[in-house]
Amino acid sequence: MYSKELMEHFRKPRNQGRMENPDAVGKGGNPVCGDVMYIYLKIEDDRIEDVKFETFGCAAAIGTTSKITEMVKGKTLDEAIEVTKKDVEEAVGGLPPVKRHCSNLSASVLHKAINKYRSEQAKT
Amino acid sequence: MNVYMDHAGTTPLDPRVAKEMEPYSLTKYGNPSSLYTLGMEAREGIDEARSQISKFLNVKNTYDKIVFTSGGTESNNLALKGVAYAYRKKGKHIITSKIEHHAILEPCEWLEKEGFQVTYLPVDKYGMVNPQELESAIRKDTILVSIMHANNEIGTIEPIEELTKVAHDHGALFHTDAVQTYGKIPVDVEAMQVDILSMSAHKIYGPRGVGALYIRKGVRMQPLFHGGGHEFRKRSGTENTPGIVGFGMATKIAKSEMSHDKKKQSKLRDKLIKGSLLIDNSRLNGHPKKRLPNNVNCIYLYVEGESLILELDFHGISANTGSACSSKSLEPSHVLGALGLKPEESHGSIRFTLGRQNTKEEVNYVLEVLPKVIERFRSISPFKEDFILQE
Repeated sequence: MYSKELMEHFRKPRNQGRMENPDAVGKGGNPVCGDVMYIYLKIEDDRIEDVKFETFGCAAAIGTTSKITEMVKGKTLDEAIEVTKKDVEEAVGGLPPVKRHCSNLSASVLHKAINKYRSEQAKT
Repeated sequence: MNVYMDHAGTTPLDPRVAKEMEPYSLTKYGNPSSLYTLGMEAREGIDEARSQISKFLNVKNTYDKIVFTSGGTESNNLALKGVAYAYRKKGKHIITSKIEHHAILEPCEWLEKEGFQVTYLPVDKYGMVNPQELESAIRKDTILVSIMHANNEIGTIEPIEELTKVAHDHGALFHTDAVQTYGKIPVDVEAMQVDILSMSAHKIYGPRGVGALYIRKGVRMQPLFHGGGHEFRKRSGTENTPGIVGFGMATKIAKSEMSHDKKKQSKLRDKLIKGSLLIDNSRLNGHPKKRLPNNVNCIYLYVEGESLILELDFHGISANTGSACSSKSLEPSHVLGALGLKPEESHGSIRFTLGRQNTKEEVNYVLEVLPKVIERFRSISPFKEDFILQE
């Protein structure tokens, strides 16, 4: 059902946990549907210095969130915001059709975090 | 260690059943409708199976029928559609419950599209149907009441005798889906007074693709399959002789080992329930006492069932969940919903269903692995005590 790469991230999630004093947090999903993810960012000079995540959900939700943290760590915000849902799906070696929509929310959650950070920066 | 605890899903074939079945494919392969010896031998095998099943059900009237089908789903479809179409001039109202198996609910929904009316009775927080609810829902035009003997997810055993009485007092027929109870606890059609009852072989160490429907004398039923008039004209098609013989043998074994199995499995079940509930934020689903001897169904808050199932599988443990994420439709379990559980709660449900081979050591192993697995997912989960998504 799931690819090797996804199962690898499901079993050994990268960058898992809560971050103390993050520069930005993105939250998304819906507990009713069963997938909720938080992405925490530490940002320096518009670059993602550190990233952490917490996910409640199925293997696809956990695996894709873990994967995106790996993909964007060290990237500039401009580069990171270019990462799409489809990129994540491809990076984990594909997802079962029923999981494509509900569990692959990590890109939108990451974008939320970046946009929030940018709008806050613009204010100061 | 490999631990199979999904016996409500299916069971392995008992080698004694396999041995009994084999000749009916290799040497006694005749068509049971034929008059020559090979056909007669096959016919005898089927008759013997019918008698074994009748004995298990405590059938007293020789005019009552056991009709072989392809399994529980077909039996339920035949019962509902067969009765609906045979009695539609008398009435078009059917009553069932909200926690039935999909093989009851889907035919009911289909019948609604065909112009029948269906009432879905609620259940209490343990999953019990209240006979008084049936009393208030039943009408003059109610032709059939169908309530399962025990629920496949939460193991709650329904008060069938009382429910049957209500149905009969109002002139309605009573069907019960006994797929989860047949062979595990006594299923006595005389004591319960049911008119129609569904069974399946592969839940009791018999083969796949075979089930049966008990039909009391005088109950009319339109067949689903029309053809050569097999099975008392209720189910045409050349009989699945090896499957039927296997079902008979599985029944015979179940009958002789039931009290032992029941005792052993209830003990393991209680141990597993007790141990599972030591985990924080956990809760038992279903009735604490009136439940199947092999069913354990618990909720663990803040974690999601599909993840749990996959992680348990890595530890060699096969179990099941009512989480939406694991279902094809991505809908949470309708059974847990009917108990009043919120979708976010039912995500964390795990069902273990015990079988003949399970041991105390296996239960201990599950109790060793389960808390660690839950702890792992709780440590990934953003939820701790709050379950509200705050922006």
